[in-house]
Amino acid sequence: MIILAIASLTLREASRRKVVWALAGLTAILLVLDAWGFASLPGLQTSSGAMTTGEARLLASELLNLVMFAMSLIVALGTALLAGPTLSGELESGIALAVLARPIHRTCVLAGKWLGLTTFACGYVLAAGLLQFALVWWTVGYWPPSPVTALALLAAQAITLLTLAMLLSSLISPLASGVVAIGLFGATWVAGVVGGVGAAIGNPRVQRIATIAQMLLPTDGLWRGAMHAIQDPLVLTRFPTGFPFLSESAPTPAYLAWAATWVALTGGLCALAFTRRDV
Amino acid sequence: MTFTKPTTRPAAAATASPALWCAGIRKRYGRRAALDGVGLELARGEVLGLLGPNGAGKTSLIKILLGLVRADAGEVMLLGRPADRPRSRVGVGYLPELFRFQPWLTAEEVLALHARLARITWPGPRRRQSLAAVGLAGRGGDRVGGFSKGMQQRLGLAVALVGDPELVILDEPTSALDPLGRANVRDLLVQLHQRGTAVLLNSHLLGEVERVCDRVVILDRGRVLASGTLSDLLGRRQVRLRLHQVGAQALARLASTGALTIQRDQYVIDLNPDTESTSNAVPDLIEDLISLGVRVHAVEPMRVTLEDKLLELLRDPAGPA
Repeated sequence: MIILAIASLTLREASRRKVVWALAGLTAILLVLDAWGFASLPGLQTSSGAMTTGEARLLASELLNLVMFAMSLIVALGTALLAGPTLSGELESGIALAVLARPIHRTCVLAGKWLGLTTFACGYVLAAGLLQFALVWWTVGYWPPSPVTALALLAAQAITLLTLAMLLSSLISPLASGVVAIGLFGATWVAGVVGGVGAAIGNPRVQRIATIAQMLLPTDGLWRGAMHAIQDPLVLTRFPTGFPFLSESAPTPAYLAWAATWVALTGGLCALAFTRRDV
Repeated sequence: MTFTKPTTRPAAAATASPALWCAGIRKRYGRRAALDGVGLELARGEVLGLLGPNGAGKTSLIKILLGLVRADAGEVMLLGRPADRPRSRVGVGYLPELFRFQPWLTAEEVLALHARLARITWPGPRRRQSLAAVGLAGRGGDRVGGFSKGMQQRLGLAVALVGDPELVILDEPTSALDPLGRANVRDLLVQLHQRGTAVLLNSHLLGEVERVCDRVVILDRGRVLASGTLSDLLGRRQVRLRLHQVGAQALARLASTGALTIQRDQYVIDLNPDTESTSNAVPDLIEDLISLGVRVHAVEPMRVTLEDKLLELLRDPAGPA
């Protein structure tokens, strides 16, 4: 009951602080620009003549990865910047004092906030992702091979980042926690690209950089899994290895289990830090 | 003056237990000891003032009592239950020194949230009644973000009183209020007292404490400097007289009224408890002195205020209690 009360409070905060409207506006702009871009693909003049429908679909599948990356960036920024103030912001401002003095476990407050943020992130990924897929289907006629897997992995990526942001938020200031979470998210993505370059030049040591980064923070590994579920399998034969918006393989069950364990461990650490902290 | 330092843990049985009990509370922040073996007891229905200078450890103690800060050592019982479990805070209301509420919620929504967190039903009419009691009638639908500091403190009081708690802990409840607001809070405290609610009041406004508290505890540098009822702490009433032509009979009459101190023509009497309780004691004394031929130049009834006593204790903690 208390967990649900805090979760609903977190969602109400996102709505009343106009985060929902800001994200909706940003997504609407992205969708309008996409619609214009994707609609112009069939028949587009290239050096080898007008683009065929098949070529347009193939290119659309690759461009969809790029657009979904922009969307995942929006949800990552949104959840990380919401998760920061939700804990340390309330501790700093004093809002948490009256709440935590009630007959409730601090872990319930934490779980409620996590549930609220997770609902928010998953709701956004589902709504914006489905709209984007529908738009590409309507303009180019391309539909991803595994849309449910793609959206689930994108949601998992958002949950991973928001859990990290909550852990940081229980330790450092709201601003610092948001900045560090987004910085780590970006660094892991860059490490993934560097790993792709390593694969392209056939250097396993450079390739290992991506593997290590994806183990330390699974956001990039999950994102690459989502890309694999979005892209047309044929693109692997048409684009060079190491291309940043192309994924060679789906995540293994062992990696998904590690990502789930990572989230559980980070959440556990966050609960430990939050329950032991003086308010 | 009595110095009470509760050490024996009270029986956890129902309502016979104190509203609040703590003993041996220690807390260090780095190398500085914020609290060093503090103990206090608050009976059911009692109003206890917690006094002390800035940095004495009052807010740290309050936060430890409510589980917001972890003590390095010591034991706390709230309403007869060990305070290490969240359920011990059922029936406890709290107004923090730093009162802030979710600015995106309305005042009524804040009360509804706290009722839900306190696991009680606090329907709309009760919420509006609570807001009216703290001077926020008609503001229940307004967002807290638009409230002034004083209004937020009033809301904080309403939040602390959600569910008619048995124990209310108020940390500087009038710090942001205007004189009218302070008077309202005093009235509210009197009502709580009459209702049998135990109140722990931390306030720098000593007049406020003197008017509403049954007992006070004075903290300084993390230790209990003094505690007791106001009459214990402040001592008895005094009368200062400037007299001439005082004979032996007049001296005996003066001495019969209380402990007498003479310095040239100044006579200071600490009134006896039985004399103090008689409202005509001083006029009767003056009438008798005049009939004994004493020339009375000045009569000055005196009472040591809480402020005087607090300053005396803080400036000379080793001095006579």
